[in-house]
Amino acid sequence: MTDILKPRDAKEVEDAVKWALGNDKTLELLGHGSKRALGRPCQTDITLDLSGLSGVTLYEPAELVLSAKAGTPLADIEALLDKNNQQLDFEPMDFGPLLGNTAGQDTLGGAIATNLSGPRRLKAGAARDHFLGVTAVTGRGETIKSGGRVVKNVTGYDMCKVLAGSWGTLAAMTDITIKVLPKPETEATVVVEGLDDERACAAMSAAMGSSCDVSAAAHLPDHVASYFDGLPRPEAATVLRLEGVAPSVAHRKETLAALMKPFGPVALLDDANSKALWRSVRQVKPFAVSQERPLWRISTAPGKGFEVAAAITPAAQMFYDWGGGLIWVAMPFADEPDAGSIRRAVGDLGGHATLIRAPAALRASVAVFEPQSAGLAALSKRVKDGFDPKGLLNPGRMWAGV
Amino acid sequence: MSVRMPEPDGAVLARRAQIVKALRTMVPGEGVIASEREMKPFETDGLTAYHQLPMVVVLPETTEQVSLVLAYCHAEGIKVVPRGAGTSLSGGALPLADGVLLGMAKFNKIKNIDFDNRVAVVEPGVTNLAVSTAVAHAGFYYAPDPSSQIACTIGGNVAENSGGVHCLKYGMTTNNVLGCEIVLITGEVLRIGGKHLDSEGYDLLGLIIGSEGLLGVVTEVTVRLLKKPETARAVLVGFPSSEDAGECVSTIIGSGIIPGGMEMMDGPAIKAAEAFVHAGYPLDVEALLIVELDGPGTEVDYLIARVEKIARDCRAVSVKVSNSEQERLLFWAGRKAAFPAVGRISPDYYCMDGTIPRAQLPLVLKRMKELSVKYGLSVANVFHAGDGNLHPLILYDSNKPGELDRAESFGSDILRLCVEVGGVLTGEHGVGVEKRDLMPVMFSEIDLAAQQRVKCAFDAKGLLNPGKVFPVLHRCAELGRMHISGGKLPFPDIPRF
Repeated sequence: MTDILKPRDAKEVEDAVKWALGNDKTLELLGHGSKRALGRPCQTDITLDLSGLSGVTLYEPAELVLSAKAGTPLADIEALLDKNNQQLDFEPMDFGPLLGNTAGQDTLGGAIATNLSGPRRLKAGAARDHFLGVTAVTGRGETIKSGGRVVKNVTGYDMCKVLAGSWGTLAAMTDITIKVLPKPETEATVVVEGLDDERACAAMSAAMGSSCDVSAAAHLPDHVASYFDGLPRPEAATVLRLEGVAPSVAHRKETLAALMKPFGPVALLDDANSKALWRSVRQVKPFAVSQERPLWRISTAPGKGFEVAAAITPAAQMFYDWGGGLIWVAMPFADEPDAGSIRRAVGDLGGHATLIRAPAALRASVAVFEPQSAGLAALSKRVKDGFDPKGLLNPGRMWAGV
Repeated sequence: MSVRMPEPDGAVLARRAQIVKALRTMVPGEGVIASEREMKPFETDGLTAYHQLPMVVVLPETTEQVSLVLAYCHAEGIKVVPRGAGTSLSGGALPLADGVLLGMAKFNKIKNIDFDNRVAVVEPGVTNLAVSTAVAHAGFYYAPDPSSQIACTIGGNVAENSGGVHCLKYGMTTNNVLGCEIVLITGEVLRIGGKHLDSEGYDLLGLIIGSEGLLGVVTEVTVRLLKKPETARAVLVGFPSSEDAGECVSTIIGSGIIPGGMEMMDGPAIKAAEAFVHAGYPLDVEALLIVELDGPGTEVDYLIARVEKIARDCRAVSVKVSNSEQERLLFWAGRKAAFPAVGRISPDYYCMDGTIPRAQLPLVLKRMKELSVKYGLSVANVFHAGDGNLHPLILYDSNKPGELDRAESFGSDILRLCVEVGGVLTGEHGVGVEKRDLMPVMFSEIDLAAQQRVKCAFDAKGLLNPGKVFPVLHRCAELGRMHISGGKLPFPDIPRF
């Protein structure tokens, strides 16, 4: 049985890490566990439950800044922001349903540690781009600070960046400061119907290259379209979201619809349907219905999206986000993620693939994260050793030995 | 020079002739400069109070040459200072007497423009503005726009994480770069990122951007291109006090508007700029705001009207909206010329760069006035109001004994004040040598050691740009040591399950 430690404040987190260090114990860092089944399974002696570190400690809407303890539920933060007509512009995905958990279980720390970014990522940036400051306990049992509460800051190395997306392998974050932004007054989605993947990538590229300021662009092929909410018809849909003040959205909707006409029939979604649609994209809905199929998430050059997809077995189900640059791929057989073919497809065209869902035994035996070049892997290991020389924190979660 | 640099290594200096000869075998022709007269232009950067001739200047043209030079320096224990265009305002490219100055100016090619993926792949010596110019025909641009964009290079922008007046809405360099090729001090060439988004592992790119030339030498950069907004218009607003101007900025942002640019100038800066450029700035105000909205015409017109109303509600005494592109550019001309304008009214000026939480502006300006009296030096302020980045310009005369020292002390006090009110030492100019010794004001020894361990992961011998950023140099072996204190559970009352 694994022991669980549940510190109540940042000082107790430091104490816990120091104790683990002195007793050669390894630690699994946990918020609410919504993404626990993601990454390589770690075998640790102790679970460090950080959900006791909860609460917003600073929120100044006019300064666009919010600080909260790492275990604060994201849902609480989003509700607070909503009251002030603000939002997390990186639009974090909700992996809960995808991994067999309920929706809305993420913590702020979990979202930052996994650099969890949703459809607006292609316009507004990833979680890491909104991460301003941090207090964290390294694997040395030392509490460090980096960044601050201001947007513009180049004082010292940008340690926030390396902690975002480090999956808890470098430090246990205790306090997090992020940039928040105004919520758009309204939104609408332009839908281009019936496109094949290649044509859809061209349409998304034309839309993103226009001055319509598209805030999300996805292509939902025929075979998965019926799972998404808000679409006019359960057919292949290339969907382009516009957000902003009402007169601007109205104007851009017209412009973009005209630009998309040559690609195929165009339909328009109003605010409510648009919101429903993108919520279902954010929850990767077609692949959350059942947890059977191994699921990959591929990031590639958007113009290459359809080529990467074409190199993968036609029995796979997939859809595109980020203008074609993010591909969700569900493989046909439960016990066969077919890492070889995915890695080849991505390797030939550039980018990286992450195995988001597969049975634990498979995640232990195939690389979950994209294997790195020898040079990058060695450098990453040296960075890890700087923070956590004993390999105390989430050992092996990203790579074996790291 | 009041900042101490690492002691030159006599053994390296003694081998200078031999080192120059070896470097010539790696970088042929005029790529190695060793005569004092020809090295002179490299002795300083944009922080002109500091200068130092390097041991030798090397101007490589290929990644292979960079790799050879670095591997050689690594093997021989020779320090290396990388340099882009030398526009750093914090002394980031200040040479070392016993170091190779590695100038990257010959890496000046744009290798690939890819509109489908909205990226450009460029060499680090390409100037910031050249990227936007190269893609302007298709209506695209590269968003970060530091004031020095005519001269400064993308490589330097990566080193400093450069910003500009539009970064509240469009981000800094780190938000606009997708990949790079970097050569480590060992000569090892690594490729990080590419045309896709996000990293497959640790965000090493995020560490490299803003690392001030201490982690590696970048030889290729993939930058994001954005479509130019349909239109842009600016409002020029005068206020009787900086409090009113600050309230206006907060209200604009609080009401959900993120302007493309939002700049503030104080009385002395307004007067200097107006006398120089004749932009039509009101002279009877204490604070001037330029608010620029960009996007589709309908959106800009709609938001301009809202900003106008907010400004009047915040007691603006003059509100002028640009009605032509020419007028918009004129509004900006004064702000963009603020530094040279101040240069006209004072023999020298010292440009500071702190960031503060915006609400603290009135307090900071008030305290700055008191400091101005204390040091007997005038100060003019320009302020990236949207993101709280303050540029006080301290006026002094280097020919008057003691004035430079006084200006520097005044500057240090301003930066301490920024940290005291919850801000940071530098918003976009970097730490370099200038703010190096102030780092402990913001960071504990533990914080700085953690940062230096990152340095160790990239450059274990500490040969790249030593003497910058970190006030005290520690050996990596010493930093790596673990101090484990006892194995007893020191917290018997942490809940356990």
